[in-house]
Amino acid sequence: MEFDALLLSRIQFGFVIAFHILFPAFTIGLAAFLAVCEGLWLRTKKDVYKRLYLHWVKIFALAFAMGVVSGVVMSYQFGTNWSVFSEKTGSVMGPLLGYEVLTAFFLEATFLGVMLFGWNKVGRKLHFFATCAVAVGTSVSAFWILSANSWMQTPAGFAIDPVTGNFYATDWLAVIFNPSFPSRLVHMLLAAYVTTAAVVLAAGAWQTLFKTSTEPTRMQMRMAALTLAVLMPVQIWAGHWSGEVAHHYQPAKIAAMEGWCETREVQPTILIAWPANTECGLEGIGIPGTSSVLFSTDEPLKGLDAFAASETPPVWPVFWSFRIMVGAGLIMLLLGFWGLFLWARGRIDKPGLFHWIAVPSGSLGFIAVITGWMVAEIGRQPYTVYGVLRTADSLSPVTAGQVATSLLVFMVVYAIIFTAGSIYMARIATRGFADDGFEPLDRAPGTPLGVVREPAMIPPVPEGASHV
Amino acid sequence: MFDFIDLPLLWAILIAVGVLMYVLLDGFDLGVGILTSRASSEDERNMMTATIEPVWDGNETWLIIGGGGLFAAFPKAYAILMPAFYLPLLIMLAALIFRGVAFEFRHKAVRPATKTFWNSAFWSGSLIAAFSQGIMLGALIQGVNVVDGAWGGGSFNWLTPFSLLTGFAVTIGYILLGACWLILKTENGLQERALKWAKLSLLAVSICFALVSLATLLSNPQIVARWGMTLGELNFGRMALLAPVPLLGLLLCGLLWRDISRLSADKEAAPHWRGFLYTAGIFLTGYLGLGISLLPYIVPFEVTIWEAAARDNALAFMAVGAVIMLPIILAYTAYVYSLFWGKVKPGDGYHA
Repeated sequence: MEFDALLLSRIQFGFVIAFHILFPAFTIGLAAFLAVCEGLWLRTKKDVYKRLYLHWVKIFALAFAMGVVSGVVMSYQFGTNWSVFSEKTGSVMGPLLGYEVLTAFFLEATFLGVMLFGWNKVGRKLHFFATCAVAVGTSVSAFWILSANSWMQTPAGFAIDPVTGNFYATDWLAVIFNPSFPSRLVHMLLAAYVTTAAVVLAAGAWQTLFKTSTEPTRMQMRMAALTLAVLMPVQIWAGHWSGEVAHHYQPAKIAAMEGWCETREVQPTILIAWPANTECGLEGIGIPGTSSVLFSTDEPLKGLDAFAASETPPVWPVFWSFRIMVGAGLIMLLLGFWGLFLWARGRIDKPGLFHWIAVPSGSLGFIAVITGWMVAEIGRQPYTVYGVLRTADSLSPVTAGQVATSLLVFMVVYAIIFTAGSIYMARIATRGFADDGFEPLDRAPGTPLGVVREPAMIPPVPEGASHV
Repeated sequence: MFDFIDLPLLWAILIAVGVLMYVLLDGFDLGVGILTSRASSEDERNMMTATIEPVWDGNETWLIIGGGGLFAAFPKAYAILMPAFYLPLLIMLAALIFRGVAFEFRHKAVRPATKTFWNSAFWSGSLIAAFSQGIMLGALIQGVNVVDGAWGGGSFNWLTPFSLLTGFAVTIGYILLGACWLILKTENGLQERALKWAKLSLLAVSICFALVSLATLLSNPQIVARWGMTLGELNFGRMALLAPVPLLGLLLCGLLWRDISRLSADKEAAPHWRGFLYTAGIFLTGYLGLGISLLPYIVPFEVTIWEAAARDNALAFMAVGAVIMLPIILAYTAYVYSLFWGKVKPGDGYHA
């Protein structure tokens, strides 16, 4: 394998987009959680919801900033490294991304200012409106991005200009609501919610184990466990739905995911596999005769032997990413049920094995998001627009030296900000609520409230705070 | 339904306005970012960042109009220019990443060393981002090498004395915007220092204004002809028509100088917002001058806006969204600015 501009560009795109998706996945869920907390506070007037809001909004600010800066990179990646793809698909993909900017980016970015800095400047209802605007903005953003990406998976509603070779839309509704879009949007939004729930649960579990458990800690544990228990079964169903769609439109991807070598009427469910000296290149252990449970079809299920080598994605990354994603999801499902069980027994606030497992499980949502996207994107290979435009034909006229430089720069820069950002977020998340009292702490005279150093301090909310 | 409209022209105007919004809005917060290197204390630095913290994110979103908008409306131009500016774009993005996270991280750092690191990342990121934007502007004016409808130049074609000059000019321009923003948003000692910064940067901006105009004319006969001056012959009609643009720029520089001088003597001698408005006007005249020099080329002297445009049905589909959404975006942007209007004071509320 030669490290040419193509391979380096693929590695770079995979790297910057994997890094980026961590933050939207978290902020989509966290924005929704914050909107729920602030809404509950306004409705019930219970202090616990306000404390949860003011605590998590600090983490939100950090995660959102990292999402913004890594997102700006994405809007230039297509052009810098995939200019042929950009020119060919611009008249179809461009408007989808344009609508994202028009309907979502400005909404999120502008009201974020009110959300983070307007607590003392606007009334409560207006502040709640700003939080909701940010939450809606993040989800609308996901709508357009998933639409654009799904069009690359299952292109529809387009034709190719015979003169220029460029794509153009013939039916915008068919482009936007392309076959894989609904299932993938639902799958991604649910992924964002459960990812956030796992993080909130982990933070609560940490506080239960190592800090004094206060009321907000107890509340966030319950909210997170309930979210996981309710949404994870739905998520497994959504994943299955997405798989059925992929099976219809991208059978080679499914064959790689499942590790099916031969085309059969009924396929086994392969659990693990290893490289083997066979035509297909792998051998595995599976439960025979179980595919009919998952795939309701009368046709034979295609294995990798049904496709030319030039039409199949790399098998191993797809195969293992899929298993890691499913495994992470199943653990989150169990954690949700376990949490509800402990809640019912009145033991969720007593440190125990559940909490020790919940803490590292805070990373599972992120792991599932990354591996899930690897299944989707590597599984789409060797195409950028599935079946129509090959990855090898999408590349910019750039040199390997340029791409190697940029890849190195992104790796160093992202390593620095990821490390720092994770430390700052973890510091706030693990600190708990004991010291979020409303009195100024550790504030040098003359320091604007804005720039409170750790431990962070929250200004009191004047009753009836309004427009200044 | 859009048959009667020249859609590529409409989108060229929309994107040009978007880029101008970016230059003016992110321009002032990048300028303030650069000026934080001159802060006399951590408190003063915090005051400076407090003037831009609630709005920087929205400001930077206009940059995506430059990237995403070009992709959507002029895919051919996007496909040529992005690889041509591969390295300066990379430098700009890396700088913007550091600067963007530094807004938050510098407040969260505990140890003095990391605090210093993020403070430095903030001002140097702002500086490098501004400089690389100016370099790309210069490289664009000079034109990029197009072979068979794709970029065909070398990795470092963008690096010339002219692009370094425009890099410097844009940076100084952003500093002037930032200084005028600080005059508007601060009081007392910091405001006095901002007046001094504004005066110095205005001097430099005036010189750069002249130098860049001259160098542009010297470097490219097509641009000279556009302004009505060809070798041995002057087209006075055209010159008279276009001359008000640079003259207005000069006039605004003079007005701004007068305002700054008066304010330095007496804080109530002029409205504090007017300097920012004058600076925006100076940028606008420079921007119009650029438009006159380059239009209708989007990749100068190679590809016009009509050649680079996406299919009409794509432009029309987006035009519907833009016509509905842009007024809404401008309205809530204006609203948020009005919400945070007024002088920043120590003790202004902040989230964490």
